[in-house]
Amino acid sequence: MCGICGAIAVKDNLDVPEGAVERMIGALSHRGPDEYGAWRDERVLLGHARLSIIDLGSGQQPLGSADGRVWVTFNGEIFNYVELREDLRARGHVFRTASDTEVIVAAYREWGADCVERFNGQFAFVLLDRDTGRVMMARDRFGIRPLYYHRHGDVLLFASEVKALAGWPGCRIAVDPAALGEVFTMWVNVPPHTPFKDVLQLPPGHVAVLEPGDDAPSIRRYWHPTFLPAVEDHRHVAVDERDRLAHEVREALADAAEIRLRADVPVGAYLSGGLDSSATAALVRERTGDRLKTFSVGFTDAAYDESVWQRLMADHLGTDHESIRVGDAEIAGAFARVVWHAESPLLRTAPAPLFALSGLVREQDFKVVLTGEGADEVFGGYNILREAKVRAFWARDPESVSRPRLLTRLYPYLKQSPPEFLKRFYGAGLSGAGVDPFFSHRPRWTNTAGIMTFLAADVAEAAAAAATAAEERALAALPADFAGWGPVARAQYVEMTLFMAGYLLSSQGDRMLMGHTVEGRFPFLDHNVAELAGRIPASVKLASLEEKALLKRAVADLLPVEVTRRPKQPYRAPDSSSFFTGYGAELVAEAMSSEALLEAGLFSPDRVAALLRKWQAGKLTGVRDNMAFIGVLSTQLLARQFGPEQERRTHDAALPADAVVWRGNT
Amino acid sequence: MELRAQIRGFLIENFLFGDTAPLADDQMSLLDNGIMDSVGVMELVAFLEGDLSLGIDDAELVPENLDSVDNLVAFVSRKREASVA
Repeated sequence: MCGICGAIAVKDNLDVPEGAVERMIGALSHRGPDEYGAWRDERVLLGHARLSIIDLGSGQQPLGSADGRVWVTFNGEIFNYVELREDLRARGHVFRTASDTEVIVAAYREWGADCVERFNGQFAFVLLDRDTGRVMMARDRFGIRPLYYHRHGDVLLFASEVKALAGWPGCRIAVDPAALGEVFTMWVNVPPHTPFKDVLQLPPGHVAVLEPGDDAPSIRRYWHPTFLPAVEDHRHVAVDERDRLAHEVREALADAAEIRLRADVPVGAYLSGGLDSSATAALVRERTGDRLKTFSVGFTDAAYDESVWQRLMADHLGTDHESIRVGDAEIAGAFARVVWHAESPLLRTAPAPLFALSGLVREQDFKVVLTGEGADEVFGGYNILREAKVRAFWARDPESVSRPRLLTRLYPYLKQSPPEFLKRFYGAGLSGAGVDPFFSHRPRWTNTAGIMTFLAADVAEAAAAAATAAEERALAALPADFAGWGPVARAQYVEMTLFMAGYLLSSQGDRMLMGHTVEGRFPFLDHNVAELAGRIPASVKLASLEEKALLKRAVADLLPVEVTRRPKQPYRAPDSSSFFTGYGAELVAEAMSSEALLEAGLFSPDRVAALLRKWQAGKLTGVRDNMAFIGVLSTQLLARQFGPEQERRTHDAALPADAVVWRGNT
Repeated sequence: MELRAQIRGFLIENFLFGDTAPLADDQMSLLDNGIMDSVGVMELVAFLEGDLSLGIDDAELVPENLDSVDNLVAFVSRKREASVA
C-alpha cells in the first residue's frame, strides 16, 4: 500500500517548482514511509511513497518498462498478479522484478487501457505511455483506493489524498461550501465531486485517458455492480439449490480470502464480533491452518461494546488476539486527526475507533489486515435493504396497518415511537415504489437534509442546489438495467456505489487504516464474489427479512452458533456525548464558537448556538441532531485544516530533498 | 405565555434551532415537512408532559393530536379543559 502523486503538463512542458516533489510526497508519507521515489520527463512527473508489502527488494516505484517507454506510479494490490504474469510471459513479456507493479506495465502493453478489466485487486494508478504520450489513470471497481485530481493552470495534479495536491507550490485547496449540501443529504459527495472546490475524484470502476493535446481526461466506466432482473429476484429457490449456492459462495469467498494473503509480510485480521469478519478470519484459518493474529476494538460504553463476541470468536479460532477499548477521551482526542485523514465532513464519530484500531495494528508491527467490509452490501445485511423490502411490500397496500409494523422488527427502538407517526415517517415517498430510483434511500436522505438548517444563509441556497445536482448526477450514472431490478437490488446498488464507496471505504476504510500505515484487504469485495452474489436471487440472500441468510448458510459450520444466530449489531460509536467533558468540551467550545463559525462562514452561529444549548442540556439524543453536531464540528475542523493551517501543514510534511530517490530512464 | 406561542417556541428551538422559516404556518404537518422525525415525537411528548404538565396516554399519540401547531393547541386545550372539568 502506498501513496501516489504527480503532475501532467496539459500544454507545453512541465515546470516543476522547487520543493513540489518533497511536499507532495511528504504529505502522503503516512501511506508509505518505507521509500520515496520520483520520476519525470519533460511533460509528466510521477511521485510515490511506498509501504513495502510485495517484492520488498525490487518493487521500488515509480516503475518503468525495460525500454523506459512506459512508467507507472501505483497504489494498491493486484492480487492475481502471479497468474497474470504467467499469462503475460507466455505472450512474450519479460519481467525484471517479482512485483505486481511490473505486471501493470506489461498488461497495459498487451491490452491497453482495458487491462484493468483483468485485474483482481484494489488499486489506483497513473501510467504514462511515452510512445503515444497518453496518460492513463485507473481506480478499482469499488473505490477501495482513492485518486483525486485538480487542474492548476496548465498542469493536471493528481494524488491519493487531497492534502498532497496542496503540496504543489502556489496551489491552494479550499472546502467547497456548496459541496456540503451533498454530504448533508446523501452522506457523501457523488463522484466525481469531492468536498473541495475544483478537486475531482476518479469514480470507482473508471479509467481516465488523457491524450496529448487533450484539455481534460476522457473518462470511461469499466465495471459496476450487477443484479438479476426483478422477476428472477423473487424466484422461489428450492433447498438443494440453496445448498449448492451456499457451497459456491463458500468456495468463492475462501478463494478471495486466500488470494488476499499474498504478501511478503505477515497478514492479520480484524474481528468485530459480527458475522462478516468472523467468517473472513475463519476461512483464512481453514485454508491455511496458520495461527492468525487478530485485532479488535471495544467500547467502554457497554451499549456499543462487542468485546464478548470478539473474545468468543478469537477463542473459537485460537487466534493470537489483541484488543483495545475506546471511550469518550479517545474519540474526542483523535477526532481532529480523524477529520484530517478522512478529508471530508463526517456525520458520525464512527471512524475514530477504527483509527484507534489501526494504531493498535501498527504498534504490533503489522502492515496488512483482512476485514469483513462489504459483506452487508454484497450479501444483504443492512437494515436499509430490509427497509426497502418492507416499504416496497407496504407500498402495494398503502392502507395496511400491519405492513408498516414490520419496520419495528428492523428498528426495535421504534417500538417506543407511536405507530401512526412511524407510518407517516416511513410512508413518506411510498408512492415512489418502483418509480423513484432512490426509493430505498429517500427517508434517510430527507431526514439527513434536515441538518442543512445549520448552514449559513448565503451557503444554504448553493448547498441545496448542489444536493439536487448530485442526485441528478447519481441518476445519470445509473446503468441501463437498473430499471429492471427489484427494490433490494436497487438499494444494494445505491448503497454500494454511493455510501460504501464514498464513506465506508474511505472515511471508515482506507483513510483510517492508512492514517496508521495499515493496508486493509476485503475478501467480500473481490469482484468474483460480488458478481456471484449478484447472480443469486434476493429471495435467497435476504430470505424473508433474515439478513445475509445465504452467507450464514455458507459459513455456519466454521462459526460458533452464537455468532451466526446473533442479531446484527450495527457498528456505531457514541457521537455528540463523546465531547461532554475534558478535551472534547474544549474542542467544541473553540471550533463551534461564534467567532470560529463566523470566520469559516459556513454555518449560522445562532442555529449552532441553539444546537449547543440542547446538547448542554443533555437533550441531544436523536439521530438527526447528532448528525448535525458531528457534521458542524467536523466541517469546522476541515475548513481550518484546509484554510488557515494549510500552508503550515504542507510545509511541515515536506521531506528533505535527499529523501526522494529519482529513478532513471533505464 | 400564550399556549400557541409556547408550542411554536418549543418546536422552533428544539427541532429547528431558531430557524422559523420551515414552520411557515400552523396547519402544516410537522412530519411531512421534515420538522420532526418519528423519534422526535418522543421529544415532543417529553415537552408536553414536562413543560406543560400534561398526562398523555399512548392512544393519544396520533397525528390528529400532535402533527401541527393547530392540532397541538387544540389537543392541549381539550386536555386542560377535561382536567378542570
